[in-house]
Amino acid sequence: MSSRNEILARVRANQPSPLPLPPVPLFDAGRPASLAAFKASLTRMGGKFAEAPADGDLDALVRHLFPDAKVVCSATPEVAGNRALAEAGRPAELDDVDVGVVRAVFGVAETGSVWLSEAQFGINALGFLSQHLVVLLDPARIVVNLHHAYHDRGFHDARYAVLMTGPSATADIEGILIHGAQGIRSLTVVAVPVPPAAQENGVRSNYPENGVRSG
Amino acid sequence: MKRIDHAEASSKFIKAKDHIDFHDKRLWDLRQKRDRESESLPEWQELRTLASQIKEHTLTHLAGYLEEFERNAQKNGAIVHWARDAAEHNQLVFDLLHTRGARMLVKAKSMLTEECEMREFLGPRGIEVIETDLGERIQQLDNEPPSHIVVPAVHKLRTDVAAVFARTLGTDPANSDVHYLAESQRQTTRPHFLAAEAGMIGANFAVAETGTVVVCTNEGNADLSMNLPSLQIASIGIEKMIPRIEHLGVFIRMLSRNALGSPITQITSHFRAPRPGTEMHIILVDNGRSERLGMADFWYSLKCIRCGACMNTCPVYRRSGGLSYGATYSGPIGVIIDPTFNLRKYAALPFASTLNGSCSNVCPVRINIHEQIYKWRQVISERGQLPMVKKNGMKLAGRILASPRLYRAAIGAAGTGIEYLPNFMMYNRMNAWGKQREVPVTPPTTFRQWYLANRGKKGKKK
Repeated sequence: MSSRNEILARVRANQPSPLPLPPVPLFDAGRPASLAAFKASLTRMGGKFAEAPADGDLDALVRHLFPDAKVVCSATPEVAGNRALAEAGRPAELDDVDVGVVRAVFGVAETGSVWLSEAQFGINALGFLSQHLVVLLDPARIVVNLHHAYHDRGFHDARYAVLMTGPSATADIEGILIHGAQGIRSLTVVAVPVPPAAQENGVRSNYPENGVRSG
Repeated sequence: MKRIDHAEASSKFIKAKDHIDFHDKRLWDLRQKRDRESESLPEWQELRTLASQIKEHTLTHLAGYLEEFERNAQKNGAIVHWARDAAEHNQLVFDLLHTRGARMLVKAKSMLTEECEMREFLGPRGIEVIETDLGERIQQLDNEPPSHIVVPAVHKLRTDVAAVFARTLGTDPANSDVHYLAESQRQTTRPHFLAAEAGMIGANFAVAETGTVVVCTNEGNADLSMNLPSLQIASIGIEKMIPRIEHLGVFIRMLSRNALGSPITQITSHFRAPRPGTEMHIILVDNGRSERLGMADFWYSLKCIRCGACMNTCPVYRRSGGLSYGATYSGPIGVIIDPTFNLRKYAALPFASTLNGSCSNVCPVRINIHEQIYKWRQVISERGQLPMVKKNGMKLAGRILASPRLYRAAIGAAGTGIEYLPNFMMYNRMNAWGKQREVPVTPPTTFRQWYLANRGKKGKKK
């Protein structure tokens, strides 16, 4: 018998009597899906927050936040940067990126997480090889908590989906918190509404369609 | 095969006072952070019940969910393999790497690959395995297994890490600054990420509905391991299944809160399908799990989501260190899992517990850990696997406690002093428990002496 069939046969023979699957509530009563709640959670997790620039110049904002950055690589047309993502042949070529820029699909107020997938990264490694990451987030696209987040259809469609919450971190030596363990040293969320033109183009085609969106 | 002597193994760790004091404090700190974080959620107890019920439902329908997972993973373009045991798993991994000419494997932390001793298998066959989690890397470079399932090097102080890194990575042996050490690991690991032909992850959860593999890390090393190389491998214990994506809401809300006291891990990653032009392989591993599923008293241990909270709260674990258990899984959860792998080898482990029940109280999936520890003791005793000293001590204690006459004689009704029983029970050479502990001061008279003096033989008040 193949390993597969042998394992399945043994599992089937040994499974205890069936127990029911409970329904899972959304646990959202009285919880805010607000930008303020998102900010508080993000800050707690070591993330940074920046207001949108009054003049709408996001490239200038990135230069202002990271004056020493040599390579800025953006996966969103809203920021030009100075390195075209399309130039990278292999993911490893993004190793010299100082600042990566992406637009998140939505945020989670409970945890301060942002939802990203291969469609937003262009090259997934941008979110991990870059020294710093700037994430644009539409303040109208914040869900209350992780229950809401996991009702997003994006998890069914994306090859790769990630909830990023602040920078890469470790406390593996004596519990001392270090930001920038293997991945990004900092994560800055900028609250910027999705431009109307991009909305029409379906930038957010996989946003929750089942009415769980709030805020 | 040598039996593990937990008490003996822990004595070395206990002697290093700086280490044990810090270990105890650090893990208790995690426990307190966990308390604060869980108490901030009014639905915490309800989440525990839901998590337990979802896991119990899945395990009692496991064959169906495994088939559903396989079907969906294949539909996504992943290639699914099955491994009966560690040997088959390791061979599968080797064949995948070897046939593609891959010489280096960057990997995220996985207790399953520890259980399979995969590095030990691949190393001599010409595959360089790079652990990329900081704690796990420290342990790999020091030729030690992880001592904790979440914080692998928690038993080491910064000076220990400085010594290991100086020896293996060429860092300054005199510099034990934690930022310097962590940065050194980052700088020396990055080239491996860029060069490796293959990457590997374990799994925190595997979702049947979508064929998704979910990994929770703080470092982002799983994402670097999977998003750079052209060959990606995920090794998954078959008990990691959950039915649907929406169930992640329950588990992800609890996992890091219970493990580290943070609301979520910094990076929660969902791998559903390979990147275009690359390969993703998933290995579903049994290695004793299907057998455990058939153990009426013990199958509940398969609900475990490896948060490590039972270890952090356990007074025995905190004061003996994970390595003293001599097994992949240590602490309370290890004590109930390890004997399923080898009853004789791990017969001493269920006795490394005070049965205080704290492990069960902090378990996010409501595993009755302390009850299972007690049941393992019964199994071990019934199967004649009690270590000799325990057996003799128990027999003697049993005879004395069963006979009022012997008991009174032993506790010194004849005036030899009440300390006699505790001394005899506690401080003999055979009882490891007495070694680092003082029994409380005993009262001047026994209860029986007091009763006879105050109530008389007939029980009437004098």
